[in-house]
Amino acid sequence: MSALLQVENIEVYYGAIKALKGVSFEVNKGEIVSLIGANGAGKTTVLHTITGLLHSKNGKIIYDGKDITKTPAHKIVSMGMAHVPERRRIFQQLTVLENIKMGAYTRKDKKEIEESLEAVYKSFPRLKEREKQIAGTLSGGEQQMLAMGRALMSKPEIILMDEPSMGLSPLLVSEIFEIIKTINENGTTVLLVEQNAKKALSIADRAYVLETGNVVLSGNGSDLLNDESVKKAYLSE
Amino acid sequence: MNFLSFLISGVSLGGIYALIALGYTMVYGIAKMLNFAHGDVIMIGGYMAYTLCSTMGMNPMIGVIGSVAVCTLLGVTIERFAYKPLRTAAPLAVLITAIGVSYLLQNLALLIFGSAAKSFTSVVSIKGISLFDGELVVSGETLVTIVVSVVIMIALTLFVNKTKPGRAMRAVSEDKGAAQLMGVNVNATIALTFAIGSALAAVAGLLLCSSYPSLSPYTGAMPGIKAFTAAVFGGIGSIPGAMIGGILLGIIENLSKGYISTELSDAIVFSILIIILLVKPTGILGKKISEKV
Repeated sequence: MSALLQVENIEVYYGAIKALKGVSFEVNKGEIVSLIGANGAGKTTVLHTITGLLHSKNGKIIYDGKDITKTPAHKIVSMGMAHVPERRRIFQQLTVLENIKMGAYTRKDKKEIEESLEAVYKSFPRLKEREKQIAGTLSGGEQQMLAMGRALMSKPEIILMDEPSMGLSPLLVSEIFEIIKTINENGTTVLLVEQNAKKALSIADRAYVLETGNVVLSGNGSDLLNDESVKKAYLSE
Repeated sequence: MNFLSFLISGVSLGGIYALIALGYTMVYGIAKMLNFAHGDVIMIGGYMAYTLCSTMGMNPMIGVIGSVAVCTLLGVTIERFAYKPLRTAAPLAVLITAIGVSYLLQNLALLIFGSAAKSFTSVVSIKGISLFDGELVVSGETLVTIVVSVVIMIALTLFVNKTKPGRAMRAVSEDKGAAQLMGVNVNATIALTFAIGSALAAVAGLLLCSSYPSLSPYTGAMPGIKAFTAAVFGGIGSIPGAMIGGILLGIIENLSKGYISTELSDAIVFSILIIILLVKPTGILGKKISEKV
């Protein structure tokens, strides 16, 4: 079986600095795959390279059988890949509803978009209550929900999430991770990047550990949770 | 009655400034650059209408359409060849390029049309109105300018706030990367912004030359600077700001011409700008830039 998303040996530079030194991993259809690692390990760079905001000097990214290594960022979402970026990056000056509609930018069928909107509102009732509000006035948790709802509006096959727990209270973090599980159970493949390694490993089918631009370890989520070196470095035990 | 007359012609002049200022502010909002060649697009629009109507003797309406079409194309072309290659360059490089494009356009006009000012035939054929037993006369140009600029401003506001491409423009101006992730083609959106801005500049140019019928290669320079001032005045990047800034600037300019001194009017306008910026550096409707960590 070939993977839904296959990243092969990507190398990314920021000027002269090599941020990714040949990263490879794969995500199979239906999985939750977590990418964990410390600050600066290159996790966000990996996601940005997959969705075309950054470009790899070498290597390949294959999605759904197609080589997307050189595909421009704005063409990725209509291929079925949504990206919830780090720090959420919702459009602060647009209303909540306008943000959600931006998620369906590449879709044409008005009726289907309306159905997706209903589904998003069902998963995030708070967004419906605040649909006319300017998005920048939402709380951190609500902004994260908006960013996720916005991504779901493209009806993605796979969703890439970058640090969804960042800056949220423990209670909200648990809520967000429950939502990620639900999104996955509804049939969307998830590639999750997290500093909160414990949470990320506990919901992941498989996971990769990234250290200064290299994948140093991979395995099942539960195996890595019990791995001594992971425990020591990332789970502060 | 004088006051009313100054006020009305001030609103009219301000409408022209507002149309030009919109181009500055929209381009700044989306491409984060000051397009100093914007004023010269006005001049090219004027010459285009002059060539079509006065030289070739065509209907003024064809002059208007031709002029808007050429300026739209010109704006997109300038962006494509002069600014797009510098998308990731230092802001100063882009600014110098814009000044270079401005000189290029002025000198092209100088080469083709010569330095002598041409007398522009108004594209407005509506007669003026006379009110209060002839004490207040409003010219057809003034009336048309006010109506056209108000209609355009309403249409633009609706476009930006209520349509899908308008929403995409606002998204791009806030966060290009996130907009790309939504599937927005950022380059196409920037090109669209230049097209709209340049079309507005063409309309402004025709209205300006109809009211002040002298056309030279430097016709666009001063209104360009003043409209830029108006955009800063209203808060650069803000569309309603450019509208308010433009109209206020026109009114202030005309009232100072009427009551204080024609020679000093520009000095007064710019002094007021300096005072406003000292009190409120972001302009009237400028957004406070806050960094959320």
